[in-house]
Amino acid sequence: MSEMIFLAWVRGMGLNIAIGIFLLGTIWRLIEIYTLGRKQDVAAPRHRSGASGWHTMFRRSLPIPGIMQRSPVSYIGGYIFHIGLAIVVFLFAPHIKLIQSLVGLSWPGLPSQLIDAATVVTLAAMLVMLFDRINKPVKRFLSTFEDYFTWALTFLPVLTGYMAVKHLALPYATMLAIHILSVELLLIVLPFSKLFHAITVFGSRWYNGDINGRRGVPV
Amino acid sequence: MSASLQKGINALKEVIDAPVASFFASCVHCGLCAEACLFFTETDDPKYTPIHKLEPLRRVYSQEYTLLGRLGKMLGLSKPVTDDELENWSELVYDSCTMCGRCSLVCPVGNDIVYMVRKLREGMAVSGHAPDGIRSAAKRTIEIGSPMGVKWPAVQHVIKDQETATGLTIPIDQPGVDIMVLLSSMEVMNYPEYLGALAKIFHKAGISWTLSSEAFEATNAGIQIGASDLAREIVSRIVVAAEKLGVKKVLSPECGHAYMAIRWEGPNLMGRPFKFEVVHVLELLDELRRAGKLKMKDKFTMPVTLHDPCQIVRRGGVLDAPEPLLQQVVTDYRPVADRNIWNWCCGGGGGASAIHEPDAEALRFKVFQIKKRQIEDAGVTTMVTFCANCRIVMEEAIDHYGMNTQLLGLTELLAEHLED
Amino acid sequence: MADHDTLAQRLIQQGISRRAFLKFCTAMASLMALPPGSAQAIAAALAQAKRPSVIWLSFQECTGCTESLTRSHSPTVESLIFDMISLDYHHTLQAASGFAAEKARDDAMKEFYGKYLLLVDGSIPTKDGGIYSTIAGMTNLDMLKDAAKGAAAIISVGTCAAFGGIPKANPNPTGAVAVSDIIKDKPIVNISGCPPIPAVITGVLAHYLTFGALPELDNLNRPKVFYGETIHDRCYRRPFYDQGKFAKTFDDEGARNGWCLFELGCKGPTTHNACATTKWNGGAGFPIEAGHGCLGCSEPDFWDAGSFYTALSMPATPLTFATGAAAVGVAAGVGVSLANSAKKRAAKAAHQPVTLNDLE
Repeated sequence: MSEMIFLAWVRGMGLNIAIGIFLLGTIWRLIEIYTLGRKQDVAAPRHRSGASGWHTMFRRSLPIPGIMQRSPVSYIGGYIFHIGLAIVVFLFAPHIKLIQSLVGLSWPGLPSQLIDAATVVTLAAMLVMLFDRINKPVKRFLSTFEDYFTWALTFLPVLTGYMAVKHLALPYATMLAIHILSVELLLIVLPFSKLFHAITVFGSRWYNGDINGRRGVPV
Repeated sequence: MSASLQKGINALKEVIDAPVASFFASCVHCGLCAEACLFFTETDDPKYTPIHKLEPLRRVYSQEYTLLGRLGKMLGLSKPVTDDELENWSELVYDSCTMCGRCSLVCPVGNDIVYMVRKLREGMAVSGHAPDGIRSAAKRTIEIGSPMGVKWPAVQHVIKDQETATGLTIPIDQPGVDIMVLLSSMEVMNYPEYLGALAKIFHKAGISWTLSSEAFEATNAGIQIGASDLAREIVSRIVVAAEKLGVKKVLSPECGHAYMAIRWEGPNLMGRPFKFEVVHVLELLDELRRAGKLKMKDKFTMPVTLHDPCQIVRRGGVLDAPEPLLQQVVTDYRPVADRNIWNWCCGGGGGASAIHEPDAEALRFKVFQIKKRQIEDAGVTTMVTFCANCRIVMEEAIDHYGMNTQLLGLTELLAEHLED
Repeated sequence: MADHDTLAQRLIQQGISRRAFLKFCTAMASLMALPPGSAQAIAAALAQAKRPSVIWLSFQECTGCTESLTRSHSPTVESLIFDMISLDYHHTLQAASGFAAEKARDDAMKEFYGKYLLLVDGSIPTKDGGIYSTIAGMTNLDMLKDAAKGAAAIISVGTCAAFGGIPKANPNPTGAVAVSDIIKDKPIVNISGCPPIPAVITGVLAHYLTFGALPELDNLNRPKVFYGETIHDRCYRRPFYDQGKFAKTFDDEGARNGWCLFELGCKGPTTHNACATTKWNGGAGFPIEAGHGCLGCSEPDFWDAGSFYTALSMPATPLTFATGAAAVGVAAGVGVSLANSAKKRAAKAAHQPVTLNDLE
């Protein structure tokens, strides 16, 4: 199979399959989780401004003093990696073009040199977080195969994308195809793994804020 | 002896809901919950990581309520929750978790971990894996009416003493009054001055009140052990008595879990809202303070700091009342660094203080070190709080460490300095 | 017929000045990024070169490669090359025809056996015995195998010969394949492009004539000196790509401003060729400069690799599974949701009120 055909496959059928499974899995899992419902709370609520599900949904992204000092790598590494990933995924022109073809929305991108910088920073942050997961007793204790597997699945797209743009290792069309393939793997695994937190984080934070907000506690 | 694993698993199946599912789906094993839990920070033992305490619940959720989990179970690929595992988990769910809720505040993906611990206890209880100490407390509460076995005659004794000490009458079983007062056995046995303090304050403020001889106990061992049916039986005694007397409000005492039990879990256990309002004693006092009906004749002049009981402040929502009340009666208040909803647990809540195994007690003393540091950093020898269980737990620990810190109850402190 | 004059003698006969000849050699040396002094080496070697025999076989092709090579407005370096080699067989260009032409080929192959250069353009049909393209009753397939036996090296000119080209595009009714799919035992250089740039062809030939060896090749056997970079990495519009300035249609403001054509499907990033530097028509320009994205014509399967007008970062084919997959997801979700409700109900029904006994 020539590299152009491989590339055409991952851009075509491969993407078709991956997005299909992603949609299928996401919808199924969302229904599976949230239709469990919850019992109505009949205790008289205590109203307090700033204490609600919506508030927590956003506020929980802010650093918590004391906790950040105890686990700076988790916090700072987490911020850098997520923000860096968001920049690279959503502000790189070819990616924006792809999103536009899928959902019709588009927005201006960043110059590719800034994207390069964000990519390198993201890769570094992810490596640091991997070492931290291995070295920190709590994280090592909690971690399973899934944690390392999903780390690799998230790391590879960033790495291979960078390698493609920089013409490292393999010929460009092959590197690009591998990059797209790695994204497709990520999409397929996402709904069925802890990566699904990308979507359920909003629901979880909302529930937390609501449960505590009803008692008048802003979390 | 009819506890069984099957009953336990069934109980878990009953209580798993969308929040539980969402929380387990969101956990990314970041370990930040451990950094918020004093049982980890003071021992450095990763097994005390809060989310890890929920492992049996997670597997039941996965195997019972997810398509892939069910498939895995059908194909024999999943690890079932066993009796032995639940026995091993007893230490994690009871001895080293006071349901203080600090973990729920720090989880970046928003997991309310304490919410889930409460649910896991439902399964632990009926599979026979709750600690002996809490079991006995539950037994005494159901059979006698109090976790410490305190009966009405003992309360009458305290009433008599306090009437003598204050020169006031303490009303009993009075219908139609403003407030029905609840007590915790801990207060009755160890801090009876609390009752006298209330009598003084109510007399001054002109509030009509009563005790009920059928329902004086505020605490609810059913909630602590995690058996909602038992919790319902216990709380219904209060609800029935209060509604029979037709009181406007029921006053929750200086006891953490009692407030959670009657204010927040109670109506849901009964399945309906109450016909009366539940108010925490500090909320009432703060109302009086704001109405100018709580004037002090003098103040406590030594430097003090404040311990915010978890179940009243962080989990109960009584955020604004304590500090202004304290500042009303002291001249030198030095807050701890992690105050209000961020305070650290005394280590004895959630039934933990009822566990008298040497290992559990040693653990409680170990984790008290964070409170010790807080007191030392505040540079005080007096700590004020408003939960009788916190008081007794911390007094024991202070003794253990040979500290010269005194622990005062806020209501008593107010009453002591109240204008005559 | 290859004669026994040296190139120098031939050039004198043609009236080409030494100065013009040296200018050509210098141009070739710089084009191939050879070290200083190579111009002299090329000149010396070429001057003494006996014009080697070259057999040019045109198979299933459109003749564009030949056109490209011979298109000249004025005597150009390309025509010089034609004087440096002895083009003993080329059906489009040669004077002879019919049996005489075929005899010329046979004679050249015999006389210069093991030494002649075989140039091929066009793909080779293989289906049904290769009947879809024949010359003088001989299939291309047979003619190639026959001619390859005595070739010193084979140069596949154009994407058809190099990779199969347009005839190989889906559904490939003739079973078209590349030269390298048939011949496995000879050095092959792929000068791909549809058509290739004239100077690229001549540059490779000049290299061979000078050094007696083929230039360094990439993983697809294309000379690295011409195919080592992508159009994207040498495109003059690259700064616009980097800044995110794209033409969105062929005549919008971006297009008129000469912005990057990525969004209009340019395959520059995945295409290796010299168009962006060497350019076409004597350096006049190349497709992107004329306002149209690169088609990727020097890459294998460029015809099947997705629409010319679909950007590389967009799906190559429509995402047909999406709605169906979503529907299946809903079904699965609803299914497990109903099963969950049933299980909850069953658990509640199985609930026995907890007594103190149940705690032990």
